[in-house]
Amino acid sequence: MRRRSGGLLLLAFVAGSLFPYYWAFLVGSQDAVSLTGATLVPGGHFLANAERVFDTVPFWRALGNSVVVAGTVTASTVVFASLAGFAFARTRFPGRDGLFRFVVATMAVPTQLGIIPLYLAMAELGWAGGLQAVIVPNLVTALGVFWMRQYTVSAVPPELVDAARVDGCSLARTYWHVCLPSVRPAMAALGMFTFMASWNDFLWPLVALDADHPTVQLALERLQSGHYVDYPLVLAGTTLATVPVLAVFAVFGRRSVDGVALG
Amino acid sequence: MRARLTPYLCVAPFFVLFTVTGLFPLLYTGYVSLFSWDLVGDAPTFVGLANYAELLGDDRFGTALVNTASIFLLATGPQLLVAVGIAALLDAAPRPTTGWRVAVLAPTAMSVVAVGIVFANLFGPKYGLVNAGLEALGIGAVDWQADRLASHVAIAVMVNWRWTGYNALVVLAAMRAIPPSLHEAATVDGAGRWRRFRHVTLPLLRPTLLFVVVTSTIGGLQVFTEPKLLDAQPGSANGGASGQFQTVALYVYQSAFETRRLGYASAVAWVLVLLVAVLAWVNYRLTKRMAGVDG
Repeated sequence: MRRRSGGLLLLAFVAGSLFPYYWAFLVGSQDAVSLTGATLVPGGHFLANAERVFDTVPFWRALGNSVVVAGTVTASTVVFASLAGFAFARTRFPGRDGLFRFVVATMAVPTQLGIIPLYLAMAELGWAGGLQAVIVPNLVTALGVFWMRQYTVSAVPPELVDAARVDGCSLARTYWHVCLPSVRPAMAALGMFTFMASWNDFLWPLVALDADHPTVQLALERLQSGHYVDYPLVLAGTTLATVPVLAVFAVFGRRSVDGVALG
Repeated sequence: MRARLTPYLCVAPFFVLFTVTGLFPLLYTGYVSLFSWDLVGDAPTFVGLANYAELLGDDRFGTALVNTASIFLLATGPQLLVAVGIAALLDAAPRPTTGWRVAVLAPTAMSVVAVGIVFANLFGPKYGLVNAGLEALGIGAVDWQADRLASHVAIAVMVNWRWTGYNALVVLAAMRAIPPSLHEAATVDGAGRWRRFRHVTLPLLRPTLLFVVVTSTIGGLQVFTEPKLLDAQPGSANGGASGQFQTVALYVYQSAFETRRLGYASAVAWVLVLLVAVLAWVNYRLTKRMAGVDG
């Protein structure tokens, strides 16, 4: 009896977690003219609405920009974080523990609030407006370094590293042949989280990018702007913008739930 | 010689990048706050603490501070309770729970912009689903934008929808790390389910719960996107007609990039930085004290 009511509560929570996804598609599939009240059955206008999304905002360009930004940021974060994680976990050097404590402490620093000087700096460099302005500051994160360090500690036996070093293997080769093969699951999970965070980022791209370089989130916000909000249009756009992330999530979701345990 | 340098080279990218694009801009914000600095106009002029003096008499800033605190409290409290509850249910559920856990984590895949748009629609004053439900129940429609407290609730719901499942999984991981022998010992001593949860599980979860509180504090004080998208006049950073749900982060953005007063905006941002630092420090002290008393 108790187990059953617990299961029902879980089911309700999961339904609530998934409902807004369904709702976005539901409204996005309605006819813009006839939509007046709430309904729970999808209409047949999703493709027509999607077409209007591409006519209203430069959605293809926004998708391309988001792929470039999130792809670059993800690749670079995974490489730099796994290298730093390996160095912190399996090498000894003066200042290591102090530096690692610094990494952990920086996770609590609200760097988002430094956007004003960061914007001034980007303007000075001539980067403001372009994609490099949102790529460069995100090439590696403290969370990524911390995550890879924790995983490396648990997955790469120190004896293996020592043996490789005694055999004359350079640190770079040890990283490549001993560390990398063992930390791949963590790299996949980190990659997924980084991709999602970058794809979904809003405040800094809003400040840093100009109208010619929208990301998907900026295009979405532009869709919603105006005194009259055309919800079937906006929510069809929202659905289109969410599908790529959901696809990544569907592929890596199993790994990511184990990844949360690490963070 | 080269081999000694290699580890430093491995960790250097993070430190260089963080210093240049994270720490330096944050500290430089304090410097900019001492100037009257127009985004596009004349050269900045030094004004000392004038921006901070202005802050003290700025009603909009006061409102934004109260709004931020109110949204933060409405979000963090319920979120923590529900997250612990869901974690306990998942812990008790028959294994494997991978499918459940993926579903619980799904909201984090939706962007905050998308969350803002979807929930602005759900909380729509006229045709929104929430109001349709409330009217069907005979409670009557609520104006989720115009009413101050209602708008805070709507924003807190957005924050909670996106983060409760994630935090439940963090708590679940900590629950699973508790040695089963502790529960077995308590059962032998005659403790029921609830007593075991209360006296074995909860005390051992404390560090994790504090971690969750700290991360939601840091995130909660910087809430920006949700209130920006709830605005009935999208594209503005007003946070409602009378700023009834404008948060401090939204006010920073508006002051810097709409009214273009970089110096004043920096003063607002710097106050928020200090606030985050103080709260993080209080949390840290609290953790240490609890560890000292219990451990």
